[in-house]
Amino acid sequence: MNSSGADMPGKARWGVAKRGARWYLAVVEKMDNIKKNKLRVGIPRALLYHKYGKLWEVFLRELGAAVVLSPETNKEIIARGARLSIDESCLSVKIFVGHVDWLKDKVDVILTPHVACLKSGEEMCVKFMALVDTVRNIFPGVKILEYSVDAKNFETEAGGMILLGARLSRNPIKSILAYLKAKSAQETSAREKKEAQAREFEDARRDGKPLILIVAHSYTLDDNFLGKPIIDYLKKSGICVLRSDRINAGKARKMSKKISQTLYWTYHKELLGAAEYYKDAVEGMIFLTTFPCGPDALAINLCQSKMKGIPSIIISLDELESRVGLQTRLESFVDVINLKKCRKNK
Amino acid sequence: MGDYYSAFKCLVELIGRPLVPPPITKKTIELGFKYSPETVCIPFKYNLGNYIEALDAGADVLCQAGGGCRFGYYAETQEHILRRLGYKFEFFKLNNKNGIIDFARDFKRIAPQNSYAQIAHRLALCLARIHCIDAVSDRVRKNIGFEVRLGQMEKIYKKFLADVANAYSIVKILALKKEYLRQIDLIEINKPADCLRVGVVGELYMLMEPFANFYLEKKLAQRKIEVHRFVTVSGILKEYFTGDWFIKRHLKEARPYLTHHIGAHGTESVARANSLIKKGFDGIIHLKPFGCMPEVSAMAALNNLARDRRAPILYFSFDSQTSEAGLETRVEAFCDMLYMKKKKMNNNEQ
Repeated sequence: MNSSGADMPGKARWGVAKRGARWYLAVVEKMDNIKKNKLRVGIPRALLYHKYGKLWEVFLRELGAAVVLSPETNKEIIARGARLSIDESCLSVKIFVGHVDWLKDKVDVILTPHVACLKSGEEMCVKFMALVDTVRNIFPGVKILEYSVDAKNFETEAGGMILLGARLSRNPIKSILAYLKAKSAQETSAREKKEAQAREFEDARRDGKPLILIVAHSYTLDDNFLGKPIIDYLKKSGICVLRSDRINAGKARKMSKKISQTLYWTYHKELLGAAEYYKDAVEGMIFLTTFPCGPDALAINLCQSKMKGIPSIIISLDELESRVGLQTRLESFVDVINLKKCRKNK
Repeated sequence: MGDYYSAFKCLVELIGRPLVPPPITKKTIELGFKYSPETVCIPFKYNLGNYIEALDAGADVLCQAGGGCRFGYYAETQEHILRRLGYKFEFFKLNNKNGIIDFARDFKRIAPQNSYAQIAHRLALCLARIHCIDAVSDRVRKNIGFEVRLGQMEKIYKKFLADVANAYSIVKILALKKEYLRQIDLIEINKPADCLRVGVVGELYMLMEPFANFYLEKKLAQRKIEVHRFVTVSGILKEYFTGDWFIKRHLKEARPYLTHHIGAHGTESVARANSLIKKGFDGIIHLKPFGCMPEVSAMAALNNLARDRRAPILYFSFDSQTSEAGLETRVEAFCDMLYMKKKKMNNNEQ
């Protein structure tokens, strides 16, 4: 009993060393594997991708991951999303689910951010808060790469993404550098878009082209299925299209106070602010919502009723595609705008 | 507002004007639907209908609370709609951002003849009444289905509400609660030890307004089912005062179906359903208005819960087209299914 007890520590030490060596070799092999076949990260081309796409892509590429983007939204993706998600989810979430479904067999992990609150005192739509859990519950086997932004709990975007990067690359400094690079790339592209819109606006004013403001979220406007056909049609009819998501966000938030004092959704503040900012310059406004968007139902209706004297329509999009009705409504709206412009010129 | 009328009455009396309790009728709903935005949720429409009827009846102070989802933005939109209709009134907003001090200040503005001490006293009275009403109604809800002589419990409950409305000291209110709980316990009931137990979870307005859910709890009680409901005004107030602590507890209970707070009462619905199923409840009924944002997210988790634990969950989504007959049929089928399941399990045990 005594002798075996005396031997134990030595044996145990050998065991620890062996286990350590084995673990080290396993880690080295794993790292090699990761280096050889990169981690494939899927990014669904929906919801916040249209705002933070550049940031995510550059960040993940910097960290050595292979980024797989889902294709532009098409009928098949919408059909998949509508089949998998709860019936009453809004179309934007259904599209997101459809993109995840397209990606799930092709990648190792899927990037899904949990964005609860971007600025203290403001809130995001609860769908963004629940996005991670929605995906997790609909696709139980899918691995999710998530980062959390919640200003109320002092979780910032930078902190969340750097932690995520440190997990991916096992090197915090690399992760910080990647984040800085990605952020600057994102900001440059966003600024360029805003400047382009400002230039277009000036040109159109000089040429006397009719102007229409489309008030909608980035993920509606940039979507191949929802916003893009409408923008293309308007441009083809010789109208200068302004987008509500391409003005200075801080300025827009301040402007939105004029329309509504108690509004607390960050993105809706930007929408209403854009409407207030452009309201004297434009001939008409189109409010584009996805059915059944919760915040839109209140905020957009309030905004429309406060925009007196400006022709406006609310177009609500759903997955039952009948483009004919939409076409008719757009045509007549464009006619109204052109008539108004003619009268103004006389 | 349901049974809480008598609780809020004591606050409104301070203003020196009568409280107009607008009964919800078909006309209320029609009015609400006429003037509301199309895709907004049902509680908004009911509230708006209530306001219009109250204003027509001569009200000039309206009150609206606020919460985590769209509810927080109700007040401004409703005020805008009502002003556009040409009504003149004072709108009293209880937002989630405002604390209790702001509430007192706002109240003082409406009723300047009262001191802050008076307001605080009435507020405490109001809270005590809410607490008592919830305690007694919870007991009633669990036992009313098993009465031997029908109608006794309802009679006592109505008497209790009338008594509470006239009690103006906290001690008296608490004594009333004790007294009536004793009276309810004395009523002869025939309750088997293994009776069916059903938990009702979901969106708060749909749960708390019996007219809106077509008296669902009564229907369940008639089929000899013990009904448990956790969303009450006192529950909401508790949540309001404890803040994040409550959410964290719910998240713990909702594991592994949720990892983050999903807004308003969504997390609570999943947490309650999960813990009730673990406790051995026979079924869950989930209520929500059409398009309710947090509850739709909760449904994905509830679906998984139902699949993993083989738990029966019945979903109801209310909109203008929901009919009482349809609800009745589904509730009936659900109850039959629960009884059959119970019978089968008992047979297997033997």
